[in-house]
Amino acid sequence: MTERSTEPSTRPEPVIEVERLHVHAGASHILRGIDLTVRKGEAVALLGANGSGKSTLVRALVGTVAPSHGTVRLLGAGLDADRVPWERIGYVPQRAGARTGVPSTAAEVVASGLLSGRRWWLPRGWRARVRTALDEVGLADRASSAMHVLSGGQQQRVLIARALVRDPDVLVLDEPVAGVDRPSQEAFAASVRRLVGRGVTVLVVLHELGELTELVTRAVVLRHGRVVHDGAPPRPRAAHDAVSHRHVHPHDDEARRPAPLTQNPVNGSTEEVAS
Amino acid sequence: MNLLTELGWMLTDPFMQRALLAALLVGASAPVVGTYLVQRRLSLLGDGIGHIALTGVALGWLIGAALGVAPEAFAVPGAVVAAVAGALAIELVRRRGRTSGDLALAIMFYGGIAGGVLLIGIAGGSNGNLMQYLFGSISTVSGSDLVLTVVLSALILVVGIGLRAALFSVSHDEEFAVASGLPVWLLNAMVAVVSALTVTVAMRVVGLLLVSALMIVPVAVAQQLTHSFARTMGTASVVGVVVCVTGLTITYFQDVSPGATIVVLAIAVYAVAAAVRPLVARRGPAADPHPDLPDDVELPPGPRARTDQEVCT
Ligand SMILES: Nc1ncnc2c1ncn2[C@@H]1O[C@H](COP(=O)(O)OP(=O)(O)O)[C@@H](O)[C@H]1O
Ligand SMILES: [Mg+2]
Repeated sequence: MTERSTEPSTRPEPVIEVERLHVHAGASHILRGIDLTVRKGEAVALLGANGSGKSTLVRALVGTVAPSHGTVRLLGAGLDADRVPWERIGYVPQRAGARTGVPSTAAEVVASGLLSGRRWWLPRGWRARVRTALDEVGLADRASSAMHVLSGGQQQRVLIARALVRDPDVLVLDEPVAGVDRPSQEAFAASVRRLVGRGVTVLVVLHELGELTELVTRAVVLRHGRVVHDGAPPRPRAAHDAVSHRHVHPHDDEARRPAPLTQNPVNGSTEEVAS
Repeated sequence: MNLLTELGWMLTDPFMQRALLAALLVGASAPVVGTYLVQRRLSLLGDGIGHIALTGVALGWLIGAALGVAPEAFAVPGAVVAAVAGALAIELVRRRGRTSGDLALAIMFYGGIAGGVLLIGIAGGSNGNLMQYLFGSISTVSGSDLVLTVVLSALILVVGIGLRAALFSVSHDEEFAVASGLPVWLLNAMVAVVSALTVTVAMRVVGLLLVSALMIVPVAVAQQLTHSFARTMGTASVVGVVVCVTGLTITYFQDVSPGATIVVLAIAVYAVAAAVRPLVARRGPAADPHPDLPDDVELPPGPRARTDQEVCT
């Protein structure tokens, strides 16, 4: 390394490292060789059409989907071998789990975010931390509401609070603002801005950049299980075109024309999709 | 003689003292485990385990007969071993794929009963010997039975209440629990083992055929009264203690089956709770559930749009 560590140009240590990641589910080859490195303090958007593999990639990152090939390292720890410090990683799944047989309150769901492999019990002072996290997503007054009486957007915000309550150094969010109203999206963007300001690394799956446009330092676009763009965030207009074009495109399109392996600039990718 | 002196007599009866203590412990612990089963939509798991435990009873009987000791001596240990093994097997099947869990449960229902009847015959016993396990025999709880009940109930309560945050997380959203680094397999196995122990402990009180009712019905009662997981568990446990102790007390005065009385009582409490709930729900201040947020759409000024309040998204 020729760079000095005090230089701002020094690249911070990698937080998420994905190498040659393949995921199969039965006969379908969902992820086809993903390479992705996210460094400390970055705010990376993961974009792509429905079914392009964004959720699968995120779930492989947090260990709920087993890779058939390749490696994932979080905070320097390999998912398969080492002890990952899960208490430093906040995960927001795409959907709240199916409704369970016994109702639970928003506070109870958020409190479960305080547990980790090293902590099977709630820590002292958990109530205050849960309240702070719910306050962060604007739901402090709904702490004792049952989850199933909250609206879809409110449930989504509870899941964000569940990830925030552990004070994570890395946040992995899967479409956190899908179905969330405009003011809540703005509040969410403000929260993410605060977190990024504190040095939290963010990887967020989005449909469109929306309120987060200013914040995102880099965008990764997936198509058919491959990374087709990794670089500057696409401008809103281009991104919107691309997204809407891919919506109408059938997924088995790849059978006829393999997706390019190379990483395309965004303008290029828009044209290709339209072709 | 009035009711109080009658109750006083009951409490001095050593048989009744042991039975009451057993009923108290079972009434407190069974609904704790039942709460997790209901949360996982595995309400019938207790029944499945109960049927397997019957095979365990007969197997213990067979071993006892082969060793030439009192056949009952190995019945409860046999039930414990079979129930734990069966519960872990169901958990394994559940992990493989959710659809086949239902079938596995059904196969265990039938296999458990058939195996029990078959083995008890081979052991030289009759189906009548199985009756006390199927329908309970709390009035004959011995000192050593009670020790086993106390130890197992304590274990159930320590795991069920002590680990409730982690068990809640795993039962509520398994994917998030994995992403939190919780040992999901171990915690699921703990729920399975604790369910099996509950079945064998409650076997003496209500019988294998009604064990599951004692785990599930108090939870159903609690759900009528609260929306919180922790309060559901606490309320269910209190309901379990009340119906077990009350039911047993009734059988001291009336010659009826304790297990059936307890379960009928629990269902009666459920019926009352379900009837009372709408009345309770209507009370309390009428709150506006809508958050006070600006709209997503611009409304043209008009008599119906007051932007400062009563606009909700
Ligand atoms: N467990 C699974 N079994 C089979 N196919 C799956 C499974 N999970 C995801 N897929 C498929 O993989 C593709 C990518 O899914 P996903 O990662 O959820 O996409 P995205 O989040 O980008 O919309 C989809 O076509 C989906 O149907
Ligand atoms: Mg998705």
